[in-house]
Amino acid sequence: MLYIPCPHCGLRNETEFHYGAEAGVAYPDPNALADSEWAKYLHIRANPKGWLAERWVHFAGCGRWFNLWRNTVTHEIGPAYLPFTEQPKAPGNIGQEGPKA
Amino acid sequence: MSEISFIFDDNICKGQQGEPMAAALLRSGLLSITNSTYHSRPRGVIGLGVEEPNALVQLVSGTQESMRPATIIEVAEGLNARSLTGIGALPELPDEARYDKTNRYVDTLVIGAGVAGLKAADKAIQAGYQVLLIDDQPGPGGHLRHLGTGLPVALRDVLTNNKLTYVPRCTAVGLYDQNYIVAVERRSDHLGGAAPAGRARIRVWHIRTDRVVLAPGAFQRPLIFANNDRPGIMLSHAAATYVAIHGVQIFKRAVVVTVDNQGHRDALRLHQAGVPVQAIYDVRPAAGGASVDAAKAAGIPIRFRTTILDTVSNEEGTLQSVIIQDLDTNEIVETTADLLAVSGGWTPIADLATHIGIKPKWSEEHAAFLVHHGTDQLQTAGMLAGDFGGDDDPAVFFGPALDDEQARHAYIDLQRDATLHELRRAVGAGLHSIEHIKRYTTIGTSHDQGKTSGMLTIGALCQLNINSQGGNSGLSPADVGTLSFRPPYVPVPFAALAGRERGPLSDPIRITPVHQWHVEAGAIFEDVGQWKRPWYFPKQGESMEDAVRRECMAAREGVAVMDASTLGKIDIQGPDAAVFLDRIYTNMFSTLPEGQCRYGLMCKADGIAFDDGVTTRLGKNHFLMTTTTGGAAGVLAWLEEWLQTEWPDLKVYCTSVTEHISTIALVGPNSRQLLQELVKDIDLSKTAFPFMHSRMATIDDIRVRIARISFSGELAFEINVAWGHARYIWERLWTLGRPYDLTAYGTETMHVLRAEKGYIIIGQDTDGTQTPYDLNMSWVVSKKKEFIGKRSFRLPYLQATARPQLVGLLPENGEEVIPEGAYITELNAHPDEHGKTSHTGFVTSSYYSPTLGRAFALALVADGLNRMGEEVAVPIGKKVLHATICDSVFIDKENIRRD
Amino acid sequence: MTNTNDTLAPGTIGRRRAAALPEQPPQLWKSVKPKKAYDIVIVGGGGHGLATAYYLAKNHGLTNIAVVEKGWLAGGNTARNTTIIRSNYLWDESAAIYEHSLKLWETLEEDLGYEMFFSQRGVLTLAHSVSDVRLKRRNLYANALNGIDSEWLTPEEVKKLVPIINISEDVRYPVHGATYQPRGGIAKHDWVAWGYAKAASDLGVDIIQGTEVTGFDIRNNKVHGVHTSQGTIAAGKVGLVAAGHSSLLANLAGFSIPIQSRPLQALVSPLLEQVLNTVVMSGAVHVYVSQAHKGELVMGAGTDAFNSYAQRGGFHVIEHQLAAALELFPIFSRAQVLRTWGGIVDIAPDASPIIGVTPVENLFINAGWGTGGFKATPGSGWVMAHTIAHGTPHELNKPFALDRFLTGHLIDEHGAAGVAH
Repeated sequence: MLYIPCPHCGLRNETEFHYGAEAGVAYPDPNALADSEWAKYLHIRANPKGWLAERWVHFAGCGRWFNLWRNTVTHEIGPAYLPFTEQPKAPGNIGQEGPKA
Repeated sequence: MSEISFIFDDNICKGQQGEPMAAALLRSGLLSITNSTYHSRPRGVIGLGVEEPNALVQLVSGTQESMRPATIIEVAEGLNARSLTGIGALPELPDEARYDKTNRYVDTLVIGAGVAGLKAADKAIQAGYQVLLIDDQPGPGGHLRHLGTGLPVALRDVLTNNKLTYVPRCTAVGLYDQNYIVAVERRSDHLGGAAPAGRARIRVWHIRTDRVVLAPGAFQRPLIFANNDRPGIMLSHAAATYVAIHGVQIFKRAVVVTVDNQGHRDALRLHQAGVPVQAIYDVRPAAGGASVDAAKAAGIPIRFRTTILDTVSNEEGTLQSVIIQDLDTNEIVETTADLLAVSGGWTPIADLATHIGIKPKWSEEHAAFLVHHGTDQLQTAGMLAGDFGGDDDPAVFFGPALDDEQARHAYIDLQRDATLHELRRAVGAGLHSIEHIKRYTTIGTSHDQGKTSGMLTIGALCQLNINSQGGNSGLSPADVGTLSFRPPYVPVPFAALAGRERGPLSDPIRITPVHQWHVEAGAIFEDVGQWKRPWYFPKQGESMEDAVRRECMAAREGVAVMDASTLGKIDIQGPDAAVFLDRIYTNMFSTLPEGQCRYGLMCKADGIAFDDGVTTRLGKNHFLMTTTTGGAAGVLAWLEEWLQTEWPDLKVYCTSVTEHISTIALVGPNSRQLLQELVKDIDLSKTAFPFMHSRMATIDDIRVRIARISFSGELAFEINVAWGHARYIWERLWTLGRPYDLTAYGTETMHVLRAEKGYIIIGQDTDGTQTPYDLNMSWVVSKKKEFIGKRSFRLPYLQATARPQLVGLLPENGEEVIPEGAYITELNAHPDEHGKTSHTGFVTSSYYSPTLGRAFALALVADGLNRMGEEVAVPIGKKVLHATICDSVFIDKENIRRD
Repeated sequence: MTNTNDTLAPGTIGRRRAAALPEQPPQLWKSVKPKKAYDIVIVGGGGHGLATAYYLAKNHGLTNIAVVEKGWLAGGNTARNTTIIRSNYLWDESAAIYEHSLKLWETLEEDLGYEMFFSQRGVLTLAHSVSDVRLKRRNLYANALNGIDSEWLTPEEVKKLVPIINISEDVRYPVHGATYQPRGGIAKHDWVAWGYAKAASDLGVDIIQGTEVTGFDIRNNKVHGVHTSQGTIAAGKVGLVAAGHSSLLANLAGFSIPIQSRPLQALVSPLLEQVLNTVVMSGAVHVYVSQAHKGELVMGAGTDAFNSYAQRGGFHVIEHQLAAALELFPIFSRAQVLRTWGGIVDIAPDASPIIGVTPVENLFINAGWGTGGFKATPGSGWVMAHTIAHGTPHELNKPFALDRFLTGHLIDEHGAAGVAH
């Protein structure tokens, strides 16, 4: 039961949230992409061993999406930040497959 | 304390209220409590608590829990238990007990109410924190309880401080991320029949805390020697406690074998309680300190550099004598004894720390794995942190050298009957990892989860000079590998963890405002997600088939009414609402005039259809979207995700109004006439109120929104009304509808009616692989605009020509309804050499149509739209049905009836 | 080999004593230091990796092979799953590969000369609503065309097979029926891996534990070896069979795969007298349970929601699962949770595996088995061995190529088919 800092509501239990995988994957201009690039947008998300900036939505609270640094090995929670705001620095080494900052 | 009687293995035993069952059994002279699981060897109590591997019992009284160690069962009047040979049984009687859960947030949680825990609690209180103190024992004091000494005054005061909550019989079973602790409190078993009615038997605590202090204490460990499992062989601290505190007077001659000063202290306690101690056999070359001096002063002989090698039993299988080895001369001496008290050192309880991945570190000085952890969030205290509180001075010793024959009876895991011999075989077989060895031998997998055997395994591997790399230089347990444990710390009944999430509380039940009317009308319900929806409304003695035919005919020829309140409804407002819907739906919504409705289909980014429904434009910047019953939450989440994470520039606001607005569908040629009787303020005629238009109206004094939407192809009106008024409207319709023979219908009839018109149900006529084109719905795909999923239509496989496409199917035998889900083959299809038959699609929806007077179906057939009129086969078991591919609209292709 | 059949006929409840376990062989596998070079290096010493090595040796005569394992052999998902074996999948592609696997299971003990408690006690998959019934019956018809044994049982027939199940209407989601695959069952997971390891080792395969692959020697888009914590090992071909760590290895080799790694938890009870002789699965209420040979109840839960490599999940997942289990099996009320644990499952967007070639020449991948990989162990190893040996996929794994994500030809096993356990 992770304890997740919703930027709007404060610390809440994981069961109030839904997960949204890697943060910062912008919806591309679909028509500008080759099939392979489009497929990558559809299916490939970062899966690092270490710190990951990821998306969560506080569905059972304020209903807002936000981003969160979290360590996928230790389950440490880092800073949360709102979409379209500057990404805080990773709290530690990002994994070998860390998200493109 | 009062004397009570209880039953063990059908014998009446006496005990003191609240004392451990193991103590009462021992006092009665019962040394041999059970036989071992695999080797059928007699076994008795060896420990004091949850580390006990032998004395497992099944409770026959009370809730009849399947397996508990007798060392932790508090006896009460009427208690009835039977011994187990390591295998529990599940009684079939219903479990009537209550199980509760509680959630707590505290500044500081202290686990363990021994001296270290109480001190830590005191410190936290002094620092201004609220403290929760939990402990698995019936009272505070930890090992002081076993010594029979009370708490020091200062620590007693901690317990009464109003900043502290102390919960006894509450075992922390798991430590999880971000200081989340699960604990299990046993609240009534110890009271037996005197438990207050209604008290929850077990309460599961979910605790979140800023700081947790682990002060769990330690288990004493046994040694590995030949025949180390005989009744009469006990951990020294347990033996001394049963004798000195619980008045067990059955031992006449004791021998103590030790690796530390604890053995000397326990020898002295035995001696002082009147048990003659023949000698203390101490593996160390010498030892000093108060404990040793005291034993010496009491006249107990101490033999250094000696240890236990083997034991001999009497006819009953209990201990008769011990064989002692001099480690310098290898000389062997046999001494009679009926109690062998073994002190093999302490193993601090590292379970919880390892649950979140903390690795214990080996301390040669303590002969133990310790957890020195000190962060703001988590600290260890007491024995786990290396504070053994005295002069133990243990040797790192796990047992003498044993030959192969001796090793066969040298038990490491008593409950699994796993011996040193098997451990050696494992190593001989090429296994080096302690994990492999555990799995090969099954050591540590039993009810006690290796609480005593884990450290012995590591010790035995040290003696075999094996380390985790397969090298042979390692002699220290540090090289073998640390112990790690999995939650829970002690076994927890399923019922406790299920709590009250049972029956109707296991998942919310959602009902519509008209639900009670349906119940009274005798509806049969189906579960649709969490909703209860009327499936059909049988009249007295009517079969489902008959009811559905009657309901269908009413809708097609008279008038029928359906409660469609479960439809998902989302209120969408804002200046960019229309732009937003254009991006979400495959078809255009910005062109929809106010007061009109339009069917919409939405796809995920991969181009696969995932929900549909009718959306009404209520104003320039205001839409009411409907979704499928099951899809409502998912669609709202989908809309929010795009608005919040991709298009924050769009000013659009979405609100779920599913349970604000109830929907009643009035369907059939007579629906207009009936509804007009109720609605006086607007004209419902075809010209005044065209199809796919929506109007506000008044029924009695209630404002309603009426839409001319049809999911059946018939003339139909959907009445949207505030949830609380729905039952009233429904009953008004019902009363006025009597002359029209108004008929209520359920989801089954809805399905027949919509299928006759070729209308799809997402999730029934789709399976998560269909594009709008596959559903023969190219008319709903806008060529003029971008929308989610559009790009994917160009992916090669989504463009393939032979994709399954939605078509109709007419069975050759009009009386035979093809089973839904049935697969479709070519007429001449037959199994290939592998027994496989290739197919060309499957049946998605299939019903008998009373209107058509025959069975019909919808199906997804490869290239189906180009195969109209072709005959196909549908194998059902040994039978093969034949059917003809046709258009998916069976009734009123010209759409005349809906007006 | 003695195929240890159940001590009780299906549908009976009764007391029994613990049956003695078979004695394990005196020699399992040789642990060796890596040589400088191999024809083939398999990265990942779990069940699938070991099976791949074994079939390379047995079917293709290739024995200059190393299996390189980061931790201890078969210590990942092989050691952590609930051992359910079945083949009644919905899609033809899935049914074909899982059925091939099941056929291999049926002779595996003889083939490997190793007892592994393979028990065809049948697998029940329950339906709990009208729409659930429709989906499951479709599955049944699909199975029939694929030559897979699968039948429909009414609630009463379910009760006959599993007397302890509650089929009454007073539970939240009553049992509406079930599909039943009689040939499905369970096996002892460790022994399966050990059987493959021993057989591969006996055929000359080197098994190298405690050795982590840290990179690849790739020149001109062709793999020439692996860099490891024990130095570089040259290899003509390399197979990645690393479950939850697959995407990390793919990235090291310079390409991406659509895999997310999630915790999946399971639990066991202490030993209990036999009450359940059939595997019971219910995707709708998240219950997967069998009673192993020794007598412990083995139960699987759903995956946790987030990416993780920690091999642990949240306890709320377990609590929720037990609540559902008690609805179906009131008799479990007094059973106890003895031990819970987590594995790292590798989940692909369509919940189907990825087996085949990669963008790097001579580098092959086998990943994405998600929550259901154990049952596929023999079949997965078989086709992976073929793929590596020939450089092109076997008929059975062609549809599971990595490039299906480019074409859109997914094999979506989580929609209609329910769970993939």
